[in-house]
Amino acid sequence: MTEFRQTRQGYVDALIELATEIPELLVLDADVAKATKTADFQKKFPSRHINCGTAEQNELSVAAGLALEGFLPFATTFAMFATARAGDQLRNSIAYPKLNVKVAATHGGITTGGDGASHQACEDIAIARALPNMTVLVPGDYEEARRATLAAARHVGPVYLRFGRDTYPVVPALHGEFVIGRAKLLRNGGDVTLVSTGIMAGEALRAAEQLAAAGISARVLHYPTIKPFDAEPLLRAARQTRGLVTAEEHSIIGGLGEAAAAAILEAGLGTPLRRIGVRDVFGESGQAGDLLDKFGLRAANIAQAAQALLRPAAVPA
Amino acid sequence: MTALLAPTPTVDLARLRGKARAIRREILRMVHAGQSGHPGGSLGVADLVTALYYAVLRHDPQNPRWAQRDRFILSKGHCSPVIYAVLADCGYFPPGDLATFRRPGSHLQGHPCSAKTPGIEASTGTLGLGLSTACGMALGGMLRGGSHYYYALCGDGEQQEGQIWEAAMFANKYHLSNLIAFTDRNRLQTDGDTEDVMPLDPLPEKWRAFGWHSWEIDGHDFTQILAAVARAKREHDGRPTMIIANTTKGKGVSFMEGAAAWHSGPPSDAQLALALEELAHD
Repeated sequence: MTEFRQTRQGYVDALIELATEIPELLVLDADVAKATKTADFQKKFPSRHINCGTAEQNELSVAAGLALEGFLPFATTFAMFATARAGDQLRNSIAYPKLNVKVAATHGGITTGGDGASHQACEDIAIARALPNMTVLVPGDYEEARRATLAAARHVGPVYLRFGRDTYPVVPALHGEFVIGRAKLLRNGGDVTLVSTGIMAGEALRAAEQLAAAGISARVLHYPTIKPFDAEPLLRAARQTRGLVTAEEHSIIGGLGEAAAAAILEAGLGTPLRRIGVRDVFGESGQAGDLLDKFGLRAANIAQAAQALLRPAAVPA
Repeated sequence: MTALLAPTPTVDLARLRGKARAIRREILRMVHAGQSGHPGGSLGVADLVTALYYAVLRHDPQNPRWAQRDRFILSKGHCSPVIYAVLADCGYFPPGDLATFRRPGSHLQGHPCSAKTPGIEASTGTLGLGLSTACGMALGGMLRGGSHYYYALCGDGEQQEGQIWEAAMFANKYHLSNLIAFTDRNRLQTDGDTEDVMPLDPLPEKWRAFGWHSWEIDGHDFTQILAAVARAKREHDGRPTMIIANTTKGKGVSFMEGAAAWHSGPPSDAQLALALEELAHD
């Protein structure tokens, strides 16, 4: 029986772990403390939880000010607000002066669910990734989220951490050491490579099982760090396997798929690549699982893309 | 302790006036050398910034990260020439750097960046960020139990940004009485009179409604500026202060005073010479 847990809970559990060790750690929120789970931190450390109200622009600039004073602020809100509503502050208050602010964004991606397109950030990774100085972490389950948070706290410089709203399957393969900037080889294989970030790791592993049943050996590479991008294992896979499928709960524009495609082409390789992601459309209201089905973000979609890649017709003569 | 630029009990007003005139001359030379920049607003706040750096702030140019220093945040970042001129004169970096303003390779960016220029406390530029950053810094100072102050300088046009009022609520909630802010109330913004573009009056009433101390002064009268700071410190009752400083944009240069057109853009060679001549004496 698969266990389901929240990535945002992994984030806040890590903050509670860190609070004693790092007295400078402060948690900021913007009137969504129950939804982001920072209310759990607030219960234990009330004087170190700063609720900025529904004012995310101020929240991010206040976090910058606290970092300038030597504190370690974790500015927490929904991904939509962290990157879009407060995009200027993310850029000019935090990234440009390279301040030691951690921006923790929950409710990333389509699985935000019932709130619909207005709250389903599917471009946040693209925005954060385009900012110089910004490190971008997209963990795939509770434990990886916890470890990513611990790593972010010890990293000096701005970090964008992306978590989801829903409960997501626990993926034991993700639970090894978390090193910022290092991809994880989740499964070896020689025919095709599946490249995941965030919660798509579990779908990619299931896709590899489905492909194995069809006699196809799939490698699974997972990118909990989108930036800096660990190109080396990807390029090795591009040389050693016949094609790659990227999978992200994000727009196909500006995220993992484009980072991977650029790395492959700039290395002079022409390995075929397909991108699984939200295909340049807005989301809609629904249960998270139904939306993963509807937007084609399932293991079956990844496996189908891989099989299509391997068909001779997929590679023009 | 190295030589501190500490406020003196008796302030030499003639010295401040001389400093402000020298700062204004540097502002014009910088904008002329960079062939771009914002002379009008920079000239308008030269008296305020001079008063703060030479008669109010406790700071140490030899030790820009001294923990107990008073901090100054230029929320209206486009007036960077004034802060650069003051920081250079205080010794934060060589005065020769000023000629590199807005040039490739210079640390003197069009809008100030804390990662590049010694003495710049916070990166500002897009309007509204600076006051929020100052709030975060002031909260940090309070959490550490410091007795130093945080001074912020906002534009009046800048207060059309929603973020300013987010910061206003935040400073009230967290009782940031260590935050003393100024509004450069010159009544002009890029497209003209603030009351035509987007009315701001009555500003002191707005700030008081947000829980701040707020009153008006003449932003070119050193005695009033220093008295206002003293009053803000005296009223240390858990409320932040916003001093509305009535100023003249372009102050000190006859053809720039009160002219919205001098919000940005360099003077010609002839205009520079004329302006420097006007600023040569009281």
